Amino acid sequence: MSFSDITSDQVVMILVLLGIVISAVVAVTVRDLLKAAIALAVTSAILTVIMFIMNAFMAAVFELSVCTGLITVVFISAISLTRPKTKEENVKIEKHKLRRFVLLPVILIVVAVSLVLLFSKLNINWAVLTGTSTESFADILWKVRQIDVLGQIIIILAGVFGVIVLFKERDVK
Amino acid sequence: MLLLFLIVPLTGLILLNLLSKKAAQGSAFGFAFLIMISQMVLSLLIGSSMLNKDMDLFGSFFLIKLTANPYSVLMLFTIGLVSAVALVVGKCSNEGDNYKFNNLILIVLMGMNGVVMVNDLFSLYVFLEITAVTSFILIVLYKKRNALEGSFKYLIMSAIATVLMLMAISLIILTVGSLNYSDINLYVAKLGGSLPFPVMAAFVMFVSGLSIKAGLMPFHGWLPDAYMSAPSSVSVLLAGIVTKIVGVYTMLIVFQNVFASDKRFGTILMIFGCFSIVFGAILAIGQKDFKRMLAYSSISQVGYIILGIGIGTPLGILGAVFHFFNHASFKTLLFVNATAVEKQTGTRQLDKLGGLASKMPVTGGTSVVAFLSAAGIPPLAGFWSKLIIIIAAWQALEYSFAIIAIFASVLTLAYFLVLQRRVFFGELGEGFQEVKEVCAGIKVVEIVLASIIVGVGILFPFIFDFIKSLGLL
Amino acid sequence: MTLVFYCAIIAVVLLLIIGFASLLTSRNFIRILISLEVLMKAVTLMIISVGMVTHRIELTQSLVITLIIVEVVMIAVAAGIVIGIHKHYDTLDSTKLRNLKG
Repeated sequence: MSFSDITSDQVVMILVLLGIVISAVVAVTVRDLLKAAIALAVTSAILTVIMFIMNAFMAAVFELSVCTGLITVVFISAISLTRPKTKEENVKIEKHKLRRFVLLPVILIVVAVSLVLLFSKLNINWAVLTGTSTESFADILWKVRQIDVLGQIIIILAGVFGVIVLFKERDVK
Repeated sequence: MLLLFLIVPLTGLILLNLLSKKAAQGSAFGFAFLIMISQMVLSLLIGSSMLNKDMDLFGSFFLIKLTANPYSVLMLFTIGLVSAVALVVGKCSNEGDNYKFNNLILIVLMGMNGVVMVNDLFSLYVFLEITAVTSFILIVLYKKRNALEGSFKYLIMSAIATVLMLMAISLIILTVGSLNYSDINLYVAKLGGSLPFPVMAAFVMFVSGLSIKAGLMPFHGWLPDAYMSAPSSVSVLLAGIVTKIVGVYTMLIVFQNVFASDKRFGTILMIFGCFSIVFGAILAIGQKDFKRMLAYSSISQVGYIILGIGIGTPLGILGAVFHFFNHASFKTLLFVNATAVEKQTGTRQLDKLGGLASKMPVTGGTSVVAFLSAAGIPPLAGFWSKLIIIIAAWQALEYSFAIIAIFASVLTLAYFLVLQRRVFFGELGEGFQEVKEVCAGIKVVEIVLASIIVGVGILFPFIFDFIKSLGLL
Repeated sequence: MTLVFYCAIIAVVLLLIIGFASLLTSRNFIRILISLEVLMKAVTLMIISVGMVTHRIELTQSLVITLIIVEVVMIAVAAGIVIGIHKHYDTLDSTKLRNLKG
């Protein structure tokens, strides 16, 4: 694998992957929780783009509408409902974060460089690289993986009951 | 036909919630109870081959393929039994409105049924996650402080386990190309002893994920906290069946179908099993809380089941599955007793309890039956299953494991004796003069479970012949 | 194609490190939820890239769709529990919760 014949597609992909790592670091290190939630939404959006480039169109749309939309709304409402009430709380929470800004990116860069060196010497002949996709996506989702669809229905029902249990205020006796 | 186990609770749940609020609340208990009884009956019919499980009721409408061997049919029966017990305990001992509990327990039922019947690794994950998410919700049903904390810990551990399992699944897609049990079995059988590194890593990660979700050693940290802080009926359900199906039965599935009973993994399982047996028993002895002692004792008993699976011979697997059923019956009975004691006396601390046998005869008597079965005293059921596991270990020339198992039986006897003496015999605790026996529903449940334990124990020789006729040995 | 796959694997490993590091060192519950989300994104990326490289993109798409639904339900329940904890304890600091042993 040589570096001389990298196409522009691949450059775009590498940049996007870099973007997702950076926005994930931002989501995890930023002090203000609202900004962290927005960084998480940006991470989901970049993941959507990655999936789109990899030809996973359905999953990309799902990820965009559900993760970037719904989960961000859940996070922002949770953050709004749990704001610290006193000023001391706010200050205390902010003090411990300084270390993380430096430590995490350094570790990440070290790991990334070592993995790059590792992969240039690796061969993956155990991987199944020559499959053929015989069935269309709709067939696979609705016929082969029908049991998963049933599972989805059941877990959505569980989620509905969970929301009822957790978010409903107790009736005053 | 097997699809009924999933479709019936689902349509029942949807129909129940379409009724008007009053009608729904009134009939939720009866509905759920009916569904669980029908699950037990159906699994018995399928098990005794009176109904053909491959009968296709839905034609080409559903293309879902589910499988069941005789062991998984026994699992389905056990799931129905313990869920029905938890339902009745919930009716008698839950404070306030029980409607959400009745609905959620149907969802756990569907989740566990799915786990036993699918034949695909990712679907296994989906149904495991259904069971886990519903357990989180059930633990925080009353939003008490401890419950929220315990459930959150469980949630984080479960999420870590999810990440491990899904990474393993993606590695398996990369190397094997498919997630079906049979395909992976063929792949492993074809490559024999020289599996490529990613496949080994994938299996290790998957099994670790399962162990975390199940609370097996050494990942048992979240288990006692989550059990203690849950409402009583929920802890009956969790300890009685959920943790075992999620952890132990999936281990059996993975070991048989995927590893193709490889000897190396078998040895690892045996080591973990013995570890759990001994350490669970040692940790149980020093406990001061009734339910916490039972939780650590569960860890110990599950070790026996893992040991049986690790042995790998048909006799070992039979012992493991049989001990699974026995543990479900006696541990559920013990937890129901603990619930009864807690409800009537208001405490679970062993130092404060005492002499309750005179005041609560049914609870005391049935707990003696459960404890004798747990300690492996003949002729109760627990004795047979432990004996089979020890014989299987001996036959497979694993003498050291057999000796450890025998020694740990003595430990089990020790802590259960302590439990019995402290709670039910000895002097009556202070302030317990007014304690009465618990409500009728719980009494009936206790008697039913105790009679199952005694019945299976006495009738075991006939059961053994029946199992031989099924060709499992 | 393989170069892109390798880069995706590196991104997955980095995301996993970010997620686990943040999960283990965070004191704020909401940040713990955010790190759980980052971990799930890592796993989603892994599944999709494996699907791309083995030409099984339809299979992995279906898996990812189911996974996203499971993830949403899990996060909704987790957020509910966090809000419940906040109501009881009035704080989101995980070191303040020492009620249960271990």
